[in-house]
Amino acid sequence: MTALPPDAPVIEARDLRKEFVVRVRAGRFRRTKRVVGAVDGIDLTVRRGEMIGYIGPNGAGKSTTLKMMTGVLSPSSGEVRVCGLPPVAQRVRLALRIGVVFGQRSQLWWDLPLRDSFDLLRHVYRVPAAEHAARLRRCRAELDLDGFLDIPVRQLSLGQRMRGELTAALLHGPEVLFLDEPTIGLDLVSRQAVRAFLAELGATGDTTLVLTTHDLADIERLCRRLVVIDHGRVVHDGSIEALHARYGSRRRVVADLEEPLAEPPVLPGAPLLRVEADGRRLVFACESATASEVVAGLARLVALRDIAIEEPDIEDVVARLYRAPAPTPAPTPAPAGDVAQGCSITSTAKVPGASAS
Amino acid sequence: MAEWAHGRSRLPAYLALLRGQARSQASYRTSFVVDLVSNVGATVLDVLTVLVLFRVTRELGGFDRTEAMVMVGLSSAAFATADLAVGNVDGLRQYVRTGLFDAVLVRPLGALPQLLLMDLPLRKTSRAVFGIGVLVVALATAELSWTPARVALAVLTPLAGVVFFGAIFVATASLSFWWIDSGEVGAAFTYGGRDFTTYPMTVYSGWFRAVFAYGMGFGFVAYYPALALLGRADPLGLPQWVGWVAPAVALPVAAVAATVWRLGVRHYRSTGS
Repeated sequence: MTALPPDAPVIEARDLRKEFVVRVRAGRFRRTKRVVGAVDGIDLTVRRGEMIGYIGPNGAGKSTTLKMMTGVLSPSSGEVRVCGLPPVAQRVRLALRIGVVFGQRSQLWWDLPLRDSFDLLRHVYRVPAAEHAARLRRCRAELDLDGFLDIPVRQLSLGQRMRGELTAALLHGPEVLFLDEPTIGLDLVSRQAVRAFLAELGATGDTTLVLTTHDLADIERLCRRLVVIDHGRVVHDGSIEALHARYGSRRRVVADLEEPLAEPPVLPGAPLLRVEADGRRLVFACESATASEVVAGLARLVALRDIAIEEPDIEDVVARLYRAPAPTPAPTPAPAGDVAQGCSITSTAKVPGASAS
Repeated sequence: MAEWAHGRSRLPAYLALLRGQARSQASYRTSFVVDLVSNVGATVLDVLTVLVLFRVTRELGGFDRTEAMVMVGLSSAAFATADLAVGNVDGLRQYVRTGLFDAVLVRPLGALPQLLLMDLPLRKTSRAVFGIGVLVVALATAELSWTPARVALAVLTPLAGVVFFGAIFVATASLSFWWIDSGEVGAAFTYGGRDFTTYPMTVYSGWFRAVFAYGMGFGFVAYYPALALLGRADPLGLPQWVGWVAPAVALPVAAVAATVWRLGVRHYRSTGS
């Protein structure tokens, strides 16, 4: 076992690339080869206990990155180490130290009850019986598995199966848990159950979590640090707050008035965004003014019926990010230490403004 | 040494996979029994084909029925056992096409043994038992003059044959890492190879015999060992000791197959999501 020093990165990727050769139809019989860079130079440092949201539009290279980190795909170039191991060369050893939940691929035995799958996995991962039992007990309680432990996996609902998959990935006590769209297709209740469980898991600080998702609520609930990739490159690496700061998303104050105003009020540092409901509702953006300053300023000018303060919507920001053209010059990666410091789950104050662009 | 100890500790894990497969199949009990019975069918037909041939001719490529049956027995015992143990590597194509191979690669076990044990077609056990039965009967009816060396040869040859056919299964299945729609190309060499080895090499001629019997080594699986067991000279002119080279042919073939497999895994592309 390679014991890492406690502050060593759990995941380290340097200029990681994966190219695929695709054959494109170029006529009835002719095909031309084209090289597509699915992952196009990714630098990433993840420290122990971090929870990372890895997001990007379809085809951005999220899954490909995860597959290179778990030893499924060999990188075309660049370097990646997980738990200090090169994933492909040390695939088996690494597999003992990581857990993987691929939303679309099951780790469970389709025809066997969940209970049997868990028992078989104990042997597959060579876990001491007592440890295995303790972890299973915890998962049973927190994920509420008892109702369907004896039902064959093929008969489980998607939500039940996903809770089974999560348990299966954790029974050997992995240091890093990779989750590829763990909430895809789940109903609201199951989604919340999975999220709550992951939040709990991350809170202990022992398990590093890397999560790809299209559901930004997952990210807001779970991840301090957000890595956005597009066209195979990192376009943002930092906190959610930093993302908002960088892309100018702002809190909004929605004011419902007693009487419609002919002339909307002008507030310093808070431009009026919209007028709705025949002038009875005004929406301001908090630019340099704080929400309370806006409310106080409004109260002085008009009779207020109701006030609402809306948090910036991460979906808007990310949608804007996705629409933005791919960064033309090679991205300048932030120094590893900087990123890690700013984004480590333990430190909340320091946030790197724009760590990569 | 460390690797060896590491590998040894995996044994319970592989047994667990086997147990999982057995339990899964047992959950469909009736169809399992039906499969078990119907699976003998194919192998029975192979043997019948040869027996029927001898109703119209007294000799096949210069060999009488009991002699030819020794070749049939060696071939079907080796092939049926390899098919049971390794044959389902065919399913790799599905794993690659659907990306399910990802799930195999994230487990702390060798990819190939996992693939074989997870879907081990226990229903094919009946075939292997039948194939070995044919060999035993053929050897008993051939009235061989047994020597210790021949006993050793009779045991060693089917084992080498299992390795040989197993390697062909693995090598041809690995093609799907590069070429997912490799279709039935593999079957030409696996099932085709079995059919080829069932008959004396004297029935083939020209480049066909040169390529398959000698170039690819199919001649050394059943034909030449049968000659050595029967104490017959080779009508094609090779010396008697050639009957002993089956293991020496099987091992390099297995090494080639292992290399192709390993390159294939490195070349695995998974799917888009």
